[in-house]
Amino acid sequence: MSSLISREEIMGCGHVACQGCGATILMRHALKVLGRDTCLTIPACCWTVIDGPFPHSAANVPLFHAAFMTAGATASGIRAAYDMLGREKIKVVAWAGDGGTYDIGIQALSGAAERNEDIIYICYDNEAYMNTGIQRSASTPLYAWTTTTPVSHPKETPKKDIVSIMAAHRIPYIATGTVAYIEDMIKKLQKAKEIKGTRFILLFSPCPSGWKSKPEDTVKLSRLAVKSRLFPLIEIENGTDWRVTVRVEKPVPVIDYLKLQGRFRHLTEEQVGLIQLSVDREWEMLRGKVIKEEKQ
Amino acid sequence: MLRLRRNLSRKYWDLKMASRKTAKSRKAEKKVTYPSAAAMPPMAVSSFDMSYNHTGTWRSLKPKIDYEKCIYCLICWKFCPEPAISLDSVVVKGKEKEKPVINYTYCKGCGICWTECPVEAIEALEEQR
Amino acid sequence: MRKVLMGNHAISWGALLSRAQVIAAYPITPQTQAVELLAEMCAEGKLDAKFVKVESEHSAMAACIGASAAGARAFTATSGQGLALMHEMLHWAAGARTPVVLANINRAMAPPWTIWTDQNDSLSQRDTGWMQVYCQNNQEVVDSIIQAYRVSEQALLPVMVVLDAFVLSHTLETVDLPDQEQVDAYLPSFDPEFKLDPDNPRTFGGLTAMDGYFELRYKMHQSMEQSKGLWEETGREFGEVFGRPYGLIETYKTADAELLIVTSSTIASTARVAVDRLREKGRKVGLLRIRVFRPFPTEEIREILSSVKKAVVIDRNISYGSSGIFCQEVKAAMYNTANRPPIFGIITGLGGRDVSSTDIINIVERTDSKPLPDSDIIFEGVTIQ
Repeated sequence: MSSLISREEIMGCGHVACQGCGATILMRHALKVLGRDTCLTIPACCWTVIDGPFPHSAANVPLFHAAFMTAGATASGIRAAYDMLGREKIKVVAWAGDGGTYDIGIQALSGAAERNEDIIYICYDNEAYMNTGIQRSASTPLYAWTTTTPVSHPKETPKKDIVSIMAAHRIPYIATGTVAYIEDMIKKLQKAKEIKGTRFILLFSPCPSGWKSKPEDTVKLSRLAVKSRLFPLIEIENGTDWRVTVRVEKPVPVIDYLKLQGRFRHLTEEQVGLIQLSVDREWEMLRGKVIKEEKQ
Repeated sequence: MLRLRRNLSRKYWDLKMASRKTAKSRKAEKKVTYPSAAAMPPMAVSSFDMSYNHTGTWRSLKPKIDYEKCIYCLICWKFCPEPAISLDSVVVKGKEKEKPVINYTYCKGCGICWTECPVEAIEALEEQR
Repeated sequence: MRKVLMGNHAISWGALLSRAQVIAAYPITPQTQAVELLAEMCAEGKLDAKFVKVESEHSAMAACIGASAAGARAFTATSGQGLALMHEMLHWAAGARTPVVLANINRAMAPPWTIWTDQNDSLSQRDTGWMQVYCQNNQEVVDSIIQAYRVSEQALLPVMVVLDAFVLSHTLETVDLPDQEQVDAYLPSFDPEFKLDPDNPRTFGGLTAMDGYFELRYKMHQSMEQSKGLWEETGREFGEVFGRPYGLIETYKTADAELLIVTSSTIASTARVAVDRLREKGRKVGLLRIRVFRPFPTEEIREILSSVKKAVVIDRNISYGSSGIFCQEVKAAMYNTANRPPIFGIITGLGGRDVSSTDIINIVERTDSKPLPDSDIIFEGVTIQ
């Protein structure tokens, strides 16, 4: 199990991530798989700040901070440059939050995917604009509290299905991953590394600060999200061949996941029921698309 | 004998961390501020790492590994976000193992390690300041 | 090699001769022929470059910035609404110190929709940190793109080469295309000191507190100031190699001029005809064409204006609630000097309304009875009542 994980640390200590930050565990392991021959571009998001202030940086790989909506476009430009300079082997990776992917960044992402740019686009999804103080994004789930979806008027629309949107682009590889299943994420990134064209990886990233959960619960929350089938771990090839990579035999009720987070503290029984219903419905729809379920 | 090997392994780890094929003058003792515009690069380009920032000062709770209980599964090392847990080479019952060692300079006390440890070998102690 | 080219194709040839390596562009009237020819040149292998067919102008500039930061020579072209859409990224290119070259076709801003020329689109980007060069003919477009790379890669600031919509972009003129070998000798390949390189990992654009930012902006301004010398040196050497020298400004019959017309772009070439016609009438009139607008050629303007009795600045642009933009800048340059003539600020030609040499003569003659302008802003050629 742990033999899959490289012992070399690329991301350095001293970065300013919150205690228990899911996105940082994900970056640490992503960099281990991607290796030093990687160029990151990061639009405005938590990682803009986590990396540290000028003239310091925790990433230890070349990193270009980009404007909020431009992750897909900036990565396309970097890729074109490296190809012209004979540096095709350098992996170009966009590392964006959910805001820069689902909302303001979706145009550039869609454009890059439609052109099948040879980049890896990784979205770490903490389900709101956390860097600016927890405002809602298209990725914020149903009934969640954020500063712009207050308890008196929580979010009434479901989380945007970015995975289906990316599948519609028919890009060679899409995968979902999360903190609690690092080995699954590593295998997917290793696979993605070898593929040419646009690869989209969605990483579910618990955020203690924004979810009002305990920092020590980050891994537990990400595990419960998978075990309740709220966030299935899948991969999709060419937008058409869907596969579940971590099988969940007996799903746990979604309330086990919700009750550990302050952002869901206001939920009524009815709302919890509706959330469970939507999880079950989405899972049924996913099953309809899946060609094969793998044993864990 | 065991203690000597542990110290050597720690030193090896530190050396390994420091000797990367990276730009010169990566480390700095405190945050770098340039004395003048003339001393700065033309654009905001960062050449120093974040090791100056001792995030260990953030802690209220301090994790302590009980090596009697530890089964060397490395789950704590795997999930540390800093990463403030490094791996030492040790020999346990005649077998080569990797031992998790907490780096208190950077450990923020998030608690993931003691929460995820499958054998409850990590205690959360009140930080003394 | 002499060719008959429209301004758009002059843009394409400028990028080709400069050996642009990454082109990211989005079509917009009246720039489309520029990118179409570039796409053809890339497809045929005439131009060894990657053409990223981005989905908007904002993405075009983002891609150019990324490419330039990774060490490739980047080029794009746009106009009007497209340039406006890029605005955030224009600030970014300058702040990131990436030497991107952009050809902008001056197209009047909507609404209402229009495709004809005025300068508000590019002048609205005046404070972004980009250098700006205003061209009066298609030859200058080709030549300026080549010079732009040479200056920008030394100054580490991006350059906008500007030309009028339709009057230049779609007008055929004879252009003497420089020889590729000579351009290669004149314009070395792009080799930046700071770039995205796994062998030397660095982070670009990290967060600053209140420390550092002011110094970095000071450095930007310093580079912009120093680039005045670069433009002169580059333009002079261009003359030595290709036979056509260029400067920050261009003067025509200013040596003994009493009245000076100050203008830019194609109105300047029309004004040259007006100067000749006024000279035939015995008037001592001269023309000052502002070619490089950023950095602003303050010293050159002071030198020329200090010896005339009156200046008439013709702006094909307007800053609403204030006055014409070139006029503001000329007045500011002259303010603290001892010999400053009265300066008349004329606004004309907005939305592509034609400006003929007769119109310019009328403009000049209307100032004759006035020692000082009645107001800071004088509209010519618009029907008010």
